[in-house]
Amino acid sequence: MLCRAALTCGVIVALPALVAAADGQGPTPSIFAPVSTPAFAIREIAFFVLGITGAIFIVVAGVTLYTMVRYRRRADDSGSEPPQVYGSMRIELAWTVVPFLIVVVLFLVTARYIWGIERYPQPPGAVEVTIVGNQWWWEIRYPKLGIVTANELHVPVSDPARPTPTFITLESADVIHSFWVPQLAGKMDVIPNKTNRVWVDPTTPGTYVGQCAEYCGLQHALMLLIVVVHPREEFDRWVAAQQAVARDDPAASRGRELFASLACISCHTVRGTTANGVFGPDLTHLMSRWTIGAGAARNTPENLRAWVDDPSALKSGALMPAMKLSRRDLDTLTAYLVTLR
Amino acid sequence: MSVLTPTMTSPEAAGARRALLERLHDWVVTVDHKRLGIMYVVAGFGFLVIAGAEATMMRVQLAWPGLHVVSPETFNRLFTMHGTTMVFLFGIPVVFGFGNYLVPLMIGARDLAFPRLNAFGFWAFLFGGLLLHFSVIGGDGLYGAGSAPAVGWFAYAPLTGRAFTPGNATDYWNLSILVTGIGTIATAVNLVTTTLTMRGPGMTLGRLPIFVWVMLTVSAMTLVILPPLSAAQIMLLLDRYLGAHFFDTQAGGSAVMWQHFFWFFGHPEVYVLMLPGFGFVSEIIPVFSRKVIFGYATIVAATVSIGAVSLSVWAHHMFAVGMGAPLNSFFALSTMLIAVPTGIKIFNWLATMYGGSLRFETPMLFCCAFLFQFLCAGLTGVMLGVAPFNWQLTDTYFVVAHFHFVLVGSLLFTIFAAIYYWFPKVTGRMLSERLGRWHFWLLVIGFNMTFITMHGQGVLGMPRRIYTYQADRGWEIWNLVTTLGVPLQIVAVLLFVVNVIVSLRSGQRAGDDPWDAWTLEWATTSPPPPYNFETVPVTTSRRPLWDLKHPDDPDGPHE
Repeated sequence: MLCRAALTCGVIVALPALVAAADGQGPTPSIFAPVSTPAFAIREIAFFVLGITGAIFIVVAGVTLYTMVRYRRRADDSGSEPPQVYGSMRIELAWTVVPFLIVVVLFLVTARYIWGIERYPQPPGAVEVTIVGNQWWWEIRYPKLGIVTANELHVPVSDPARPTPTFITLESADVIHSFWVPQLAGKMDVIPNKTNRVWVDPTTPGTYVGQCAEYCGLQHALMLLIVVVHPREEFDRWVAAQQAVARDDPAASRGRELFASLACISCHTVRGTTANGVFGPDLTHLMSRWTIGAGAARNTPENLRAWVDDPSALKSGALMPAMKLSRRDLDTLTAYLVTLR
Repeated sequence: MSVLTPTMTSPEAAGARRALLERLHDWVVTVDHKRLGIMYVVAGFGFLVIAGAEATMMRVQLAWPGLHVVSPETFNRLFTMHGTTMVFLFGIPVVFGFGNYLVPLMIGARDLAFPRLNAFGFWAFLFGGLLLHFSVIGGDGLYGAGSAPAVGWFAYAPLTGRAFTPGNATDYWNLSILVTGIGTIATAVNLVTTTLTMRGPGMTLGRLPIFVWVMLTVSAMTLVILPPLSAAQIMLLLDRYLGAHFFDTQAGGSAVMWQHFFWFFGHPEVYVLMLPGFGFVSEIIPVFSRKVIFGYATIVAATVSIGAVSLSVWAHHMFAVGMGAPLNSFFALSTMLIAVPTGIKIFNWLATMYGGSLRFETPMLFCCAFLFQFLCAGLTGVMLGVAPFNWQLTDTYFVVAHFHFVLVGSLLFTIFAAIYYWFPKVTGRMLSERLGRWHFWLLVIGFNMTFITMHGQGVLGMPRRIYTYQADRGWEIWNLVTTLGVPLQIVAVLLFVVNVIVSLRSGQRAGDDPWDAWTLEWATTSPPPPYNFETVPVTTSRRPLWDLKHPDDPDGPHE
């Protein structure tokens, strides 16, 4: 019993820590630190449910504890059996009907939130994005803007007065993945042969992290996603930069020729060149991204060189093969890749 | 004599060895429900040790961000084997093992209806379990390095397709589930038939001990839910080897269909495991409260309705699949409805204790911890049933915490309660109370350290099944505490093993009825003879032994 008390204390001590972590504007993707309309709505209903279940816990655990203490066998126990009570229709009916009524209320509230979030109509100013899950990276397409990128979703901040939410179509190229950026919205699975939709409506600019939430094979743990929420003008600038074809730096022309002569082009696209492969991430603006390998490493020239040399050294099992290049070729190729800003 | 036998072993030693072999032989060929029940539970605990070792390795790997204790491949195999083993090779055999042992004794029968089928069921289960573990050697074919399956215990398509998991590891998983499933179906048929047709004199359905009602319910459920799982396994086998496209999305198959098949089995399965736990508690709490169970009819009705409603909740595992608002609402409702009969049970147990004279011996301690931990499990279950909340919580550590509160904090705790309670009947010896208390307190503390904190990681956005995580996520401390709870649980289980071994040799003699209990199994000797009862006692009420002990105040008139 002492332990139970200690346990309850533990929960009470742990809770503020949890809330503190939730409030902190850090890279902790807490579901209680939402910045987008659907995530706000979920936190609302979560607090409602936590309130109800918390109250039930306190009452039932309290009665249990009281019963255990009050009716423990005493030292002066006579050894005769206590009065036998076989049941009571009235009491049992009460503790059937009351929980049933709680369930009805809970269900009605739940249904309202399900409908509210799932049936939210797409307003005219919405940004449309298609995200394709791959083992183990995200392809991110803006069909109306003509942009293809990877592992980083850029969206404009949404003004509550004139919302510009982002509507995301989810598709998978191989197995099931799940799109999840906790501060923006709940999960939506990314399923081959099935098109799913999810929407986010971020109200605070910033950078938010998420990652694949359905086991998808070997590197499920390294399938991270970064969402950058820009102020509107910044977003427009980002769009313009991404729409441009790849920069053609004469200083890196040897590297570009090497790139075009190797197997790189059968999987990667660099817009404005002959490279138009579709199996791997679009590299047109490779250096605008923060990480390589969907979060496997920071996107620095050294890491990039190591990645091209042998991706599995940074992310074992990555589907890109080791290129087995000479040191000089590696340097030349890296020199070209870092011009793709 | 001495001239003839110097190089031979003495006749006594030879006799002893033959006796040992004969005894072993007796266990192998036995069709006795009690021996098979013991074998189920012992084999189940063997698999528990394996699965526990796998869990330990995972927790060490996750104790801190960026560790390299095991490789990603190994980690994925560990959680696949851990989940599959715990559900199919620990949970099912142990609860059915108890059913095997106790149901005939409790209803006054001499054995199950089909003793040979019973033996077949056990050996099918054991063979299936060994087949799964043989994958460690044979997964990539015998001439390659071995590998265990790495598709997760619910093995979502199309990851299980040959395009994504070549080699034979997934096939071992697939066949193992198929084979153990056949064994489980056999046992379920047996328990249903036995309960319906072989009850002793006076044992009407209305007088069945609650544990027997529970086993009847879960056996009937098993007959409904296991065949679809077996069908899905055969479809997967056809996909992998004969070019069928049931789940092969690249050829137009449906990945979502696998999930419907799997969870139509998988969710009722949780109740197939947990209801027997409720059954144990419903037998133990009255005896240690010295009171009759409060509201027998209500508890039985609640049991049967949990069984029925649980057949309509499966897609609450699929709220994030994109089923659409109407289906999500339906499954949210059916899931929440389950809370009503479950709540009834908790209230009835509390009412049983209320006004009693509570004896906190080890079985009762485990039952009390169960009450708190199951309350937590039930309430987090309601949270998960709220579909929008579920969109955030599903596939995170919050879910892992929730179902470990069900399967460890509730089921394993009630199994330990049951072992401390019925061990004297099975072996004729008491388990040590002192070691039992150490076992209990270490397990309570270790379990709660590990699994209360896991809710935290989940809320802070940590998905399950990742072999590592980034250092800046704020998950380190939570994971460290989670891992630190593990050694306590290991010591607790070791103490339990020591307790069993020591008590088997030198435990206090139990006598027929050490707990002063009321159901029929306590009317025979400990251990019971092969034929169970010399004369099958006549059942006069729900507590036949109470009537014998209190002829002045029998139960019958109150029922």
